[in-house]
Amino acid sequence: MILLSPLAAIGRSTLALLAVIGRVAIYFARAVSHILRPPWYPRELAVQIVQIGWLSLPVVGLTALFTGGALALQIHAGGSRFNAETVVPSIVAIGIARELGPVLGGLMVAGRVAAAIAAEIGTMKVTEQIDALVTLSTNPLKYLTVPRLLAATLTLPVLVAVGDSIGIFGGYLVGTSRLGFNPANYLQNTTDFLELWDVLSGLIKGAVFGFIVALMGCYHGMNSGRGARGVGRATTNAVVSASIMILAANYLLTELFFTA
Amino acid sequence: MIEITDLHKAFGMNTVLQGVDLKVETGSSTVIIGGSGTGKSVLLKCILGLVHPDRGTILLDGEDVTRAERDAFLAKFGMLFQGGALFDSMPVWQNVAFRLLRGSLKRPVADAREIAIEKLRRVGLSPDVAGKFPAELSGGMQKRVGLARAIAADPQVIFFDEPTTGLDPIMAGVINALIREIVVEMGATAMTITHDMTSVRAIADRVAMLHGGLIRWEGPVSKMDNGDDAYLQQFITGAADGPIEAVR
Repeated sequence: MILLSPLAAIGRSTLALLAVIGRVAIYFARAVSHILRPPWYPRELAVQIVQIGWLSLPVVGLTALFTGGALALQIHAGGSRFNAETVVPSIVAIGIARELGPVLGGLMVAGRVAAAIAAEIGTMKVTEQIDALVTLSTNPLKYLTVPRLLAATLTLPVLVAVGDSIGIFGGYLVGTSRLGFNPANYLQNTTDFLELWDVLSGLIKGAVFGFIVALMGCYHGMNSGRGARGVGRATTNAVVSASIMILAANYLLTELFFTA
Repeated sequence: MIEITDLHKAFGMNTVLQGVDLKVETGSSTVIIGGSGTGKSVLLKCILGLVHPDRGTILLDGEDVTRAERDAFLAKFGMLFQGGALFDSMPVWQNVAFRLLRGSLKRPVADAREIAIEKLRRVGLSPDVAGKFPAELSGGMQKRVGLARAIAADPQVIFFDEPTTGLDPIMAGVINALIREIVVEMGATAMTITHDMTSVRAIADRVAMLHGGLIRWEGPVSKMDNGDDAYLQQFITGAADGPIEAVR
């Protein structure tokens, strides 16, 4: 029996994981079906676009700026080993547009937004505000989840586009001030090698990551346990699950976009 | 009229309701009493469809609540939640007028605001409260706002979940008096759950005692003190000894 207990624990964990996947899948399907059916709440959507998109700009912008700068330094240091320093502008641009812009932007928004959504909805659940919504003839899924899902899905590509620009600018600043690049040549190299698909694929990734962030925030908030501990756990779970799902989705999308 | 027949509800191994039968006449005020954890809130939530019963039927004016068209059904109800359950992201007037700003009862914003201010006045709050946020109000004021929200759309049935919990005795008296006045004035059917006996005497036409998942006693408030049920007597006198086990 003692030998079997680790197996039983693995079995229990696997079943619990499968149950969570099933619940998230059902929540996802219900949320998507409500996106397509009225009533819609445009005012709530506008509020969430400001909350999720506009207020995330400083975080995403600063992350992109420092990452672009660091990337330029790293590529220059690595490239100098085989006399390929000139590739700095193009690699910075491609690296940021395809990978670092959407992934770091997604992760930063996951930290800021998934946590905020889970904490807000979790607190609403604990204080019976979700029940109050139902008694006031308002479907919480439509009123709370749908505007957040739409806002995150629509604004994250915009954030990624802004982040890409700022990241490339960060590389440009470091390249021209610290690595001795001629400003005009740096810009020329950036635009010559960057293709439209590099940018578009990053924006599509951004939309998927935005959806994941809002879905995880709303799901964990709606399923929050009681009290401060319950809300705290929901917040942590939202951020962790959103981050892992972003990284997993990033790999799958990269496979789909660049190896197919 | 609300007719509840053989209502059962369990959460996992925890059986809460074990065959509740209760009739609430239209225009009457029924108070359900019982200790903490006896399923009073679950009973209200079953009626509202917030919790799905395992067995039994709930009829509102002869219509099964589980089969009723959801929006039209909920439009007949107003509810005052124990903690107020006010939406802290919006000002007081938008809380009160929530139902009037969206859905089937939607009307122009200016009209909705005017109705909200009128309802706030009805519960004893001045119009300058309308622009404040719930977090800026005291517990008693939050209850009043919750009450104003519950009556904003002139519902046929109003539920009160522990309306005086957390209030000082004077404010509790004010809320009890307000509830009684509003229910009489609107001619609404009221269902209140509480374990505050002062509330019971102030609000109730009829009283139902819930214990062990069953209605132990039901009758007019005037006969409550002479009720022959031992559970009821222990509860209303607050005796430590009796059939209801008290953990010491």
